[in-house]
Amino acid sequence: MNRIKPDAQLALRLYVQRLGDNALITGQRMIERVAGEPELEAELANANFALDYLGQARMYYSYAAELEGAGRNEDDFAYARNDREFQNFLLVEQPNGHFGDAVVRQVLFDSFYLLQLEALLECSDQRLAEIAARAAKEIRYHLQHVSKWLIRLGDGTSESNARVSESLARYWRFAGEFFAGDEVDDKFRAAFNGPDLSALAVTWQSNIDALLAVATLTVPADIEHPVSGGRAGLHSEHFGFLLAEMQHLTRSYPGATW
Amino acid sequence: MSHTNWPLYEVFIRSRSGLSHRHAGSLHAADDDMALDHARDTYTRRMEGVSIWVVRSDRIVASDPAETAALFEPAEDKIYRHPTFYEIPDGVENL
Repeated sequence: MNRIKPDAQLALRLYVQRLGDNALITGQRMIERVAGEPELEAELANANFALDYLGQARMYYSYAAELEGAGRNEDDFAYARNDREFQNFLLVEQPNGHFGDAVVRQVLFDSFYLLQLEALLECSDQRLAEIAARAAKEIRYHLQHVSKWLIRLGDGTSESNARVSESLARYWRFAGEFFAGDEVDDKFRAAFNGPDLSALAVTWQSNIDALLAVATLTVPADIEHPVSGGRAGLHSEHFGFLLAEMQHLTRSYPGATW
Repeated sequence: MSHTNWPLYEVFIRSRSGLSHRHAGSLHAADDDMALDHARDTYTRRMEGVSIWVVRSDRIVASDPAETAALFEPAEDKIYRHPTFYEIPDGVENL
């Protein structure tokens, strides 16, 4: 039986923790939208989705805490880490903007995240594969939902088309980070049969191309130097404000319960 | 904001296989697809169903409340329509 090398074990923990970071920050941005949706029904959908991401973050962080074995729990990961310790994609921390911005951001991220989760079903870490199976069901629906919205807006009025085209142009440069990969991705892939990012990139691009065609939106040109930094904990200026609001309660009243 | 612009839909949920769909409520949506999504997110959050029907409220043909007397009251004194006049043979427990 192969004993897992410490660096592979660390890669697994960091990989799981990053999944948690993406889910938590995505959920937090959606929580900020609560009470701001254009219709009551859209309001419910948004809040449901936010809680789905929060639930996923809890599963990832609980597992990361177990793997770490240092006595931290899920709350410590969410509420007691500083900005440099979060390694989410920069896309998911971008400010909310208007409804079309939220739709475009979710389409770009969820279409990657679903592929990532589907690849994780095949990973050799059973616990992570089980979490991925549960999360994939939720994200499959999220992606359907936001994809239909992108089609409505893109293939809607000239104004809705112009506005989501502008959102797409703004967020496109963040998508390259999904596939950049670093040593954590490499080690995780080698040790646990993790996702092949270059294969995911090809599938992602063709899925997005097909969706944008239906939505009558133009696929943006390739970005020569995509934005990156999330994996190194180097965030955009917006991130500190997000953390300040998200962590305010537990920072002010450590250990508070109700 | 624009509630007057989105049509109303009626939502029917089948709670388990084998049961019929029952009216669950109504909601607003811009199109049929969106109505299904909204029904899923509004009425099946607590595992209420395994199947959803939605139909635009203005497509439903409804009886006229003013016609209630003519439509339903004639049935009031037709007690022979209820199967309560049969003598149940001895030994038959369920009929």
